[in-house]
Amino acid sequence: MIAPIASVMFLGLVLGLILGYAAKVFHVEGDALVEELIELMPGTNCGQCSFPGCSGAANAIARGEASVDCCPGGGRALAEAIAAKMGVSLGAGGKADSGPKLAQVAEHLCIGCARCFKVCPTDAVIGAAKQIHGVLHGACTGCGSCEKECPTGAIGLEPVPLTLRDWNWTKPALAG
Amino acid sequence: MGLRELLNGVRWGVHPHDDHKRPAADVPLRVMPLPERLCVPLLQHVGAPALPVVAVGERVLRGQLIAAAQGSVSAPVHAPSSGVISAIGEVTAPHPSGLPFAAITIALDGKDEAGDALAPHADPFSLSPAEVSQRIADAGIVGLGGATFPSAPKAQLGLKLAVHTLIINGGECEPYLSSDDSLMRVRADEVIDGVRILMHATGATKALVGIEDNKPEATAAMRRAAEGFAAIEIRPVPARYPMGSDRQLVQVLTGKEVPSGARTASIGVLVNNVSTCAAIHRAVRAGEPLYRRIVTVNGGAVAQPGNVLAPIGVLIEDLLAFVGLKEAPARLVMGGPMMGIALPHAQVPTVKGCGGILALTANEITDVAPSACIRCGSCVKACPMGLLPLELSAHIQAGEYDKAEAKGLDDCLACGCCAYVCPSHVPLVQSFYHAKGEVWKRAQQKKRTEFTKGLAQARTARLEREARERAEAAARRKAERAAQQAAAAASANTAGGASA
Ligand code: SF4
Ligand code: SF4
Ligand code: SF4
Ligand code: SF4
Repeated sequence: MIAPIASVMFLGLVLGLILGYAAKVFHVEGDALVEELIELMPGTNCGQCSFPGCSGAANAIARGEASVDCCPGGGRALAEAIAAKMGVSLGAGGKADSGPKLAQVAEHLCIGCARCFKVCPTDAVIGAAKQIHGVLHGACTGCGSCEKECPTGAIGLEPVPLTLRDWNWTKPALAG
Repeated sequence: MGLRELLNGVRWGVHPHDDHKRPAADVPLRVMPLPERLCVPLLQHVGAPALPVVAVGERVLRGQLIAAAQGSVSAPVHAPSSGVISAIGEVTAPHPSGLPFAAITIALDGKDEAGDALAPHADPFSLSPAEVSQRIADAGIVGLGGATFPSAPKAQLGLKLAVHTLIINGGECEPYLSSDDSLMRVRADEVIDGVRILMHATGATKALVGIEDNKPEATAAMRRAAEGFAAIEIRPVPARYPMGSDRQLVQVLTGKEVPSGARTASIGVLVNNVSTCAAIHRAVRAGEPLYRRIVTVNGGAVAQPGNVLAPIGVLIEDLLAFVGLKEAPARLVMGGPMMGIALPHAQVPTVKGCGGILALTANEITDVAPSACIRCGSCVKACPMGLLPLELSAHIQAGEYDKAEAKGLDDCLACGCCAYVCPSHVPLVQSFYHAKGEVWKRAQQKKRTEFTKGLAQARTARLEREARERAEAAARRKAERAAQQAAAAASANTAGGASA
């Protein structure tokens, strides 16, 4: 009587261990990708991608439900990084293809309503009620949340001019 | 690899069949007459750009400070001649992109009036090393071999890390160039004196001057100048590209290898160029800031190639007009043909680190379409850093920048030996330039992302705190109201009770 009980118990134990181990391995695999994607994201949870925050976007991208270039704030650079992580190739076109853009206030149009100030996820907009607002470029991610709020069209995303510091050689084309 | 390389133990690099150095190297040094204007750039060195201290319309004198150093790694800029500041703004940079950078434009008056520059010092050895470094810093001296790292912080680093040997780079291994050669031939005494001053500033007890064996005149002149200074040794080294690279020269002269990713100071040596030493001599002994230098003007399109003493900030078109052109150049290059920068046009100023301008003809440039890599391994043999250029290039093509980094992309000097020997003309160096830029860009992007993430978290925390405070205030008010109502009700009750 003891031998069958022991062997069944032993079998159960071994299978349990295997299952536990497997669950752990696969669990980590699945989450690791999302974690890595979240790590790449701007982390501002601005919602411009139409997902609930960056982790929502990361999950959607990992499941293949969102395109790798869905985040306007991250721009082309982020899209390329995500594409590399996902092992897909990033075609031309799409939201992210227009180069980096950051918010800028056209001072003659700003009425100082402070709406942009309230929505900026990184507090990059500075100003106070009835004052002309401004954007700290170092803090702006170019998510475009402010643009949608502005009643006068004063704040908008402008391309960042290329400088010597940011210029880079293109990847040379090789022979076919 | 020939017998020659086997004998002298140098197994890397390339040996171009014709180094094109002569006849330009043998033409006596010419002094360029003053042009009408100079555009003196604010960023001619590694580090922070200099900050202008003059205004448009102001008259400046030769040697006057026109832009001050900003921060510890930076270098001031001085007026090369007298004139009036006509603009402070952007001019085209000597860079393949053709993008602009900031410069001070001086309309010269031709009088070349000297201002009271730095104080000369007859006996620099009575100064402390720190004082010598200060004088080097004030004169705006940077590495003139092309690396343009400010010389004063470098000397201070050498002193701090207690380097014992100075390696003086007279290699000048790039084809076509001979500005260091020319300097050593005519101003060997200045170079040797500069070496002694630099030894004093860094605390080094020995100096090894490496000169490629294709410059016998310079070697002889330097030997004569170094007589009587036992601590300074003139050492001919085999002519092989890239002998003028710090690591390669250190290895040949000391037999020691600089570990990957480390500075030469980590093995107790500091490398400085011969032209830098001469500039240090002039700065410390004569109080002359760095505002002119010898530039080799060479190439098939140049009528009278040779070495020219030119003010810094002279436009390439003025320099070319002085030496004359035989034909329209097919390509303008600042620096040598291996590592130089292709210029977008000739309305570009020279900088402190510019030792040569090449006006090349179509025959001198090879623009062959690349074909597929045949895995011949020539690039591997040529690479002075022991890298596998073909593999690096393949990773970069596949967008695998991290793999390229893991295989030593950082160690690549961009010397171009691999591309030079490649029979398929694979654009190896351009790939490496691109990848280095891409890696830098990604690191920047990552830093930025971390920063904005922090901002977003701070904002979320702030909004939560504000919401909590509002809720608490509301709860307090509610409680107060409830208490008041209760009190009112109680008093009404008592009143009612009393009346009842
Ligand atoms: S658009 Fe980008 S930054 Fe904004 S929530 Fe989506 S992933 Fe995050
Ligand atoms: S939303 Fe527009 S008008 Fe209002 S403060 Fe911002 S920029 Fe000015
Ligand atoms: S030298 Fe050129 S063809 Fe030969 S292995 Fe290197 S990249 Fe390929
Ligand atoms: S891989 Fe870099 S260091 Fe090596 S030969 Fe090519 S350019 Fe020079």
